[in-house]
Amino acid sequence: MGELTLNLLRLGVVVLLWAFVVAVVGALRGDLYGTRVLTRNAGPTRKPESRSDRKQRRNTPTHLVVTEGRLRGTSVPLHDAGVLVGRNPECSLVLTDDYASGRHLRIYPGADAWYADDLGSTNGTEVNGQRIATGARLDPGAQIRIGQTVLELRR
Amino acid sequence: MTATSPTPSTVTSLTVRSGRTIELLLLVLAVGIVALAYVAVNLTVVGELPTHVWWHVAVFAALAGGLHLVLRLRARYADPLLLPLATLLNGLGLVMIHRIDLVPGQLGTSGVASRQLIWTGLAMAMAAVVLVLLRDHRVLRRYTYIAMALGFVLLLLPMLPVIGETVNGSRLWIRIGPFSFQPGELAKIAVAVFFAGYLVSTRDALSLVGRRVLGLQFPRARDLGPILVAWSLSVLILVLQRDLGSSLLFFGLFVAMLYVATERTSWIVIGLTLFASGAVLAWRLFSHVQSRVTLWLDPFAPDQSDQVAKGLMGLAHGGIFGAGLGNGYPYITYYANSDYIVASFGEELGMVGLFALLMLYALLVERGLRTAIGSRDGFGKLLAVGLSFTVALQVFVIVGGITRVIPLTGLTTPFLSAGGSSLLANWIIVALLLRISDAARRPISERRQDPSIDAAERAEALR
Repeated sequence: MGELTLNLLRLGVVVLLWAFVVAVVGALRGDLYGTRVLTRNAGPTRKPESRSDRKQRRNTPTHLVVTEGRLRGTSVPLHDAGVLVGRNPECSLVLTDDYASGRHLRIYPGADAWYADDLGSTNGTEVNGQRIATGARLDPGAQIRIGQTVLELRR
Repeated sequence: MTATSPTPSTVTSLTVRSGRTIELLLLVLAVGIVALAYVAVNLTVVGELPTHVWWHVAVFAALAGGLHLVLRLRARYADPLLLPLATLLNGLGLVMIHRIDLVPGQLGTSGVASRQLIWTGLAMAMAAVVLVLLRDHRVLRRYTYIAMALGFVLLLLPMLPVIGETVNGSRLWIRIGPFSFQPGELAKIAVAVFFAGYLVSTRDALSLVGRRVLGLQFPRARDLGPILVAWSLSVLILVLQRDLGSSLLFFGLFVAMLYVATERTSWIVIGLTLFASGAVLAWRLFSHVQSRVTLWLDPFAPDQSDQVAKGLMGLAHGGIFGAGLGNGYPYITYYANSDYIVASFGEELGMVGLFALLMLYALLVERGLRTAIGSRDGFGKLLAVGLSFTVALQVFVIVGGITRVIPLTGLTTPFLSAGGSSLLANWIIVALLLRISDAARRPISERRQDPSIDAAERAEALR
């Protein structure tokens, strides 16, 4: 029996011992790392974004920022479901502007850009100085004026 | 509940895996390691493979397989890791005892490994009997005070004049004919049952009533009684039987269970204070305690036992990777196959192997504590904690003694040491843990209904 075989045998015992320890730890890893908590109603998983999607995303605005008025500095994230602006408390951006209506303006995503609908407000909405009705296209940097408040879409 | 389920719902059914397949795979691996270790030892020391080695491995594998079958039939949901861990430790112990047996000349022993194998068979059979007869661990709670009496009797048995026997200055053994036994090992199980049963009913009084001094909750005098009794008992063992290890084990067990039952840090403070004062007193009064302390502080001093020094030399010879199984000189140390088996492993498997062994103990204790967390009844929780803590404390005391962390006290290394009583007690502990974990992991739909016990539980909950 060669010395090499003996050494391999001895090494094998220690290696297998540790292999056993690792196997046991593997079997109880649920205990060591805690239970994985799944959120309720974890909805359907999103498809991974393609490169062109991401590129387009980088150019589209993600926030609605108040640049003038009493709420200056406030920013609201833009949701795919749309953002409602007005004085009513259920709005996403609640304005404290006497010239704004309860439900004043809706901003929603279109195929290539964000669009705005004036919801029949008393004093109206101006985008870049133009009074708008419905379906007004909002390019990045467009100034939306509601009474004394100015809003802007930003990335 | 991911993309695969089209309609996400809040209610999901969880299928509980019994884990018996994992257990079988790990058991095969454990027996394989033991077989490989046997081969390595024999090829190194003898240079050939005698047939009785294969008999040893075969009998051992059959015993482990038998216990696995008992679990499949009687405790299907028991923890799948306890049995492989205990089996591997027991098998490695057998290998090392066999290795000390093989040493030629005066230093070797003869037939200890075969005797240990017989004891292994007895102990595993006893574990199977416990699993078959004890269908529900809560039954044990009925025998709280009987367990206490049994524990005290077992502890005091060696003091009896005829059957008691003094070995190396400690009066721990009883001998009836050729048959000798260490009843203290079984006593720790009985005492753990008593502590669990007692604390489950008194823990509220212990944790809520009392005075608060310096941020520590001190209990009333009448609630303090039991801990003083336990303390005096451990001191009594220390004085009468000259056994430091057991007294430390029993007191540590009680303090740990008190802490778990009441969640009061004050118990640990009180316990440590009492133990420290007791230890200092014992050190002042008894010469054998003094010699242990001197041996601990200066193991290389002349005119005293050189056991600790030899053990340290063995560990140093082993180094990081060890001398290799069968290639060291562990037999030079006294009790190389019982008290000092950890030093033997340290020499032959090295630090790497010794740490693997300690990991096995840590995992065994982790499974016990995990069982306690999962258990739904207070008695099962406390019993599981107590039993796993005894294993942990015992390993700490003996390994700490050998590596000079604490003074050396004569305790057996669970599952490894040569000695039947220790093996028997530890396999019963594993059987009880398996039984409690089966109750803890069993899904509600398959739970056994025992009207008498369930009624008692409800009464307890209402009280």
